[in-house]
Amino acid sequence: MAPLSILSELPEWLNLLIGFLVGIGFGFALEQAGFSSSRKLAGMFYGYDTTVLKVFFTAAIVALVGSQLLSYFGLLNLNLVFVNHYYLGATLIGGTIMGAGFVMGGFCPGTGISALSIGKIDALVFLIGGMLGAFLFAETYPIIQTLALGGYKGPVRIDEWMGVSSGVFTMILIIVAVGLFWIAELAEKKYSRKEITSDL
Amino acid sequence: MNPYIAGILLGLVLLAAMFFSGRGLGASGGLKYTVVAAVGAIDKEHAMKSPYYSKYFEDGKSPLKSWLALEVLGMILGGFISGAISGRLKFKIEKSPKISNNKRLLFAFLGGVFFVYGAQLARGCTSGAALSGMAVLSVAGFVTMISIFGSAYLFAWFFRKLWI
Repeated sequence: MAPLSILSELPEWLNLLIGFLVGIGFGFALEQAGFSSSRKLAGMFYGYDTTVLKVFFTAAIVALVGSQLLSYFGLLNLNLVFVNHYYLGATLIGGTIMGAGFVMGGFCPGTGISALSIGKIDALVFLIGGMLGAFLFAETYPIIQTLALGGYKGPVRIDEWMGVSSGVFTMILIIVAVGLFWIAELAEKKYSRKEITSDL
Repeated sequence: MNPYIAGILLGLVLLAAMFFSGRGLGASGGLKYTVVAAVGAIDKEHAMKSPYYSKYFEDGKSPLKSWLALEVLGMILGGFISGAISGRLKFKIEKSPKISNNKRLLFAFLGGVFFVYGAQLARGCTSGAALSGMAVLSVAGFVTMISIFGSAYLFAWFFRKLWI
C-alpha cells in the first residue's frame, strides 16, 4: 500500500534518494519533450509550436488515470496524497504574474532548470532572476501577507466542488484535452513559422 | 521525442512521485530553498526574525536537505543525460535572430523575477501547482493552470518582438 514514505517509516536518506531519482526522471522527461528550448515553449503563445499543451495535458491525464487505477485496486491511498490548498486571490494573482514572466523569459522554473542542464545561458540568467524573485517575495512578505493568506478555501477538489465523481470528471477532462489537441494541431498549421521551427 | 510520448513519460514520473512520496513534482520550491538557505547562511538573525524565513529553520535542519531540493538536483542530472543522448549539450544563448543577446538576457532575467515571485504567491509553479495540482484534481491546480496560460496569452502581444 502506498504512498510508501507516509505509510512505512522510511529512513531519511531513502526519502531523499527517492526525491533525487524522481528528479532525474523529471529532468529527463522535460528535456526529451523539447522543453529545454525557450523558443519552442514560447511557440505556445504565438501558435507556431504547441508542444507545451500536448505534453502538459497528456502528463496530467496519465498521472490522474494512473493514480485512480492504483487507488481502485487498493494499491494507493489517495487521501494521503497532497492536494494543493486553494487561496482565492493568491492563486489567481500569482498565476497572472507567472504568465507575464513566462512570456518575457520563455521559461517556467522547471523548463528553465531543464534548459540549464544542457548549457543554455539564458536559462541560467532566468533562474538567477528567479532566485531574486523568491528573495523579493520573502522580503515583501509582511506587506502582501494579507493577500497571500486571504480567501483560504483549503485543499478543495474540483470533482467535489462540481458535485460529480472523480471518474466522471476525469472523462470530461480527457474529452476537453482531445478537443484542445485538435485545436493545437490546427493552430500549428495556421500560425506556422518555418523560419523558427526549422531552427529548433 | 513525440510530445504525446514525452507527456506519457512525464505523467509516469509524476505518478511515481505520488506513489512513493505522496506528493507531486516541483521546481520553483527548489529555487526558494536555495534562497532560504543562502539568507540563513549570510544573516541568520534576519532569517530567524522574518515571518517568512523562520518557518524553514524551525526543525533545525538545512532547507537544502529536503525532498524538493534533492529532486531539483536530480533534474539537472536527468536533463544532462537526456541532452547527452540527443546530442543537445551546448553552451548557448537561445533567442530570435531579430534581438540582441543583451535584450534576450535582460528579459530572461525579468521573466525569472516575475515567474518565481508569482509562484511563491500561488504556492507553486507550472510543475508543483498546475501540473501536479491537476493530477490530484485540486481546484488550485486548475485555477493556476488557467491563470498562467490565460495571462501569458494576454501579455503575448506586448512581448511578441522577443519571439516572432
